[in-house]
Amino acid sequence: MIKVERLVKAFGTTKAVNDISFEVNEGENMVLLGTSGCGKTTTLKMLNRLIEPDSGTIYIDKKNIFEQPPELLRRGIGYVLQNNGLFPHYTVAENIAVVPNLLKWDKAKTQKRINELLEKLHLTKDHLTAYPNELSGGQQQRIGLARALVADPPVLLMDEPFGALDNVTRSKIHGEFKALDELKRKTIIMVTHDVQEAFELADRIALMDKGKIVQIGSPAELLFNPVNSFVSGFLQEQRLQLEFKTIKLIDIWEHLPDSGKKTSTSLLSAQLGVWEALENFKFYPKENLNIINQQNKEVKSATFDQLMAAFSQYKNQQPHE
Amino acid sequence: MNEHQQTLWEFMHQQADKLGMQTLQHIGLTFISLFIAVLIGLPLGIYITRKKQLSGFVLGIAGILQTIPSIALLGFMIPVLGIGAKPAIVALLLYALLPIIRNTYTGITGVDAAVKEAAIAMGMSKWQVLFKVELPLAMPVILAGIRTATVINVGVATLASYIAAGGLGEFIFGGISLNNTNMILAGAIPAALLAIIFDFLLSLVQKLNFKKIKGAVKIAPVLLILLSCLYFIPSAYGGKLTAGFTPEFMGRQDGNLGLISKYGLKIHTIVISDAVMYKAAQEKELDVISGYSTDGRLKAYNLVVLDDDKKIFPPYYAAPVVREDALRKFPELEKTLNLLSGMINDSIMTELNYKTDYLHQTPERVAKDFLMAKKLFKPDRGGNGGTVRIGSKIFGEQYILASMYTMLIKGYTNYNVATKTGLGGTKIVFDAMTNDQIDVYPEYTGTGLLAILQAPAKTVTTLQVNKDSTYSYVQREFLKRYQIKWLKPIGFNNAYALMMRQKQANELHIKTISDLKGFLENK
Repeated sequence: MIKVERLVKAFGTTKAVNDISFEVNEGENMVLLGTSGCGKTTTLKMLNRLIEPDSGTIYIDKKNIFEQPPELLRRGIGYVLQNNGLFPHYTVAENIAVVPNLLKWDKAKTQKRINELLEKLHLTKDHLTAYPNELSGGQQQRIGLARALVADPPVLLMDEPFGALDNVTRSKIHGEFKALDELKRKTIIMVTHDVQEAFELADRIALMDKGKIVQIGSPAELLFNPVNSFVSGFLQEQRLQLEFKTIKLIDIWEHLPDSGKKTSTSLLSAQLGVWEALENFKFYPKENLNIINQQNKEVKSATFDQLMAAFSQYKNQQPHE
Repeated sequence: MNEHQQTLWEFMHQQADKLGMQTLQHIGLTFISLFIAVLIGLPLGIYITRKKQLSGFVLGIAGILQTIPSIALLGFMIPVLGIGAKPAIVALLLYALLPIIRNTYTGITGVDAAVKEAAIAMGMSKWQVLFKVELPLAMPVILAGIRTATVINVGVATLASYIAAGGLGEFIFGGISLNNTNMILAGAIPAALLAIIFDFLLSLVQKLNFKKIKGAVKIAPVLLILLSCLYFIPSAYGGKLTAGFTPEFMGRQDGNLGLISKYGLKIHTIVISDAVMYKAAQEKELDVISGYSTDGRLKAYNLVVLDDDKKIFPPYYAAPVVREDALRKFPELEKTLNLLSGMINDSIMTELNYKTDYLHQTPERVAKDFLMAKKLFKPDRGGNGGTVRIGSKIFGEQYILASMYTMLIKGYTNYNVATKTGLGGTKIVFDAMTNDQIDVYPEYTGTGLLAILQAPAKTVTTLQVNKDSTYSYVQREFLKRYQIKWLKPIGFNNAYALMMRQKQANELHIKTISDLKGFLENK
């Protein structure tokens, strides 16, 4: 879907992006992770030509983006900014309608699409006539997302989209973000410096440092097969939490007891992470969890202690660096 | 000081026509220049946000323009653009340029970078980013610049009357020349009100919310053009000939008012400063001007004086006027000043003026040459028996006379001399004298009678038949009211006169003011 080849961009004498290549598959959520100044934002902005590279090429949908007029290219790519970048002199409705107006949609079509998005993003029609400064940070960020999604572009670029939000609002929006079906179909490239956010939202992570990609892979690969000490060091602080989030019930399936006491609680999918499974004990502290393996329809049952035991057995089998 | 002192209200009521016309001209001038300044300044301001390396240069130039004194800037315009509306508008627009360019630049560079980036990332073209995002967001700052420019223009536009562009300056500067406070206020108060009103209205526009500004942006140019058109309403009525009169002449009974009441002369008139009037007549921008009968430029530019057949111009015999306490303090002074008495007749004075005004000799040299020729010159005795302060008004003849008196006092007495020349109009020089800033200056009997004493019409009629009775009246009244003494007349009569180009007067067979009236009425 997106193919980046040998991209280089220098500002003065420093090479912000130094010869990087990667591919993103259709529908995949790729997170560019790294500290400030590692080149992740520069990389992102070259994808919609907000920054022009010194050399290298980018293909989106097999088309070289440098052979298209930049305005037309950008109208087909959603873009979400950290500080939302909403137009303060436009109402919410006008803000969302910017791209449809550029694409010369008729009014009814735009209106229909806006209403559809409002519902999905938990906003009401009252918000439409408000100006951005009358809304909360979380609401502004949702409008920013709506503006990027309104024309249903196949590709979405997100530059630290949740960076300006407080922790509570951010985890709430993370949840909504994962649940939003609009996003499941999209190829997303997101920039963040927040390791947890990356692990929560990414299909694959490209960890960057000094203009280079150090490692690219799934969260589990980064966590359990780091290519060097930089990668393991980068993840060290939040390691345990990341492991809980990265390891899925299906991964520890063989360590779970073969049969347990069936209770009335509903079935959990084995595709869930251990962290999410553990959260269920908040509501049913004394009971067993029933887990279903979708592949062979087998159902297992485990208590809190059994789940933790299976998790540590699984970890003990992993290679240690 | 007068038995039937006119109130300001009466004056404004009496001059309502003129006041209205000047106000319209004033508004027109302000907004024509503002409109053009916006047309130039806005794109230029936008341009330097795109080419940042040029911004310092452009803002620097606009800043330098702003520091040029307004009178000087108007002066620079005359050789290039002549007189009238054109140079005034150009000068005004140059002043309006800086706040407009600077605020456009500041406004646009101040737009939130994230908002600009979002606009580009949504797929807006450069122009769409400018018109849909940058300009609307910068509008409050740009409007603040236009507001500043408007207030500056209302102020500077008062000076436009110096170069015959009209406006409320006609009353203000006419009033200063005529020692007429009502006239000054009749110009100054509306000018100040205009500034306050426009400032207030623009502050309202600035406070409108973003939404409404979108509409206002479209209305603004239309409004500007409409206001600009006001300037052309008064000048719509014209005539065969154009007259240029000084602000002082315009308001005097022995000037334009007398021409209207005694001759019934109706001529398309523009107001212009004395400094450029003669030149404009020579260059055929004006046909009839109000000059002085001894002016050197009369000779230089081949102008001819029209005979005042109904005798509306009273005699203007020049004589030194001196503070009485100065005469006591400097006992030799009166005798010395009177050395010049009877020495200069009309033709000699015209010749002397010609030398300074046209041949550009210094007044000092002309004065010295004359005194040498008359064997009156004595070298400076370098005396230190006190300092006599000599004043003069701001035209050549007065400079020459002041120089002559300086040389005579230094040559014949032990007094030193300090000169304060170039003191604007009659009001300024006379106020300087009553406030003990100067001891002596040359004045004219007619000016003393009409501008300073403001003698009632009846007195004027009985007096002006005779030059001696006028002289003795002003001498008596000045002593009584101001303790100022008129010394002996110098000899020449520098009266007001209407003048035309010799060639044109001959072609049209105009010799007298009545002829002129006949020509104008005979279509």
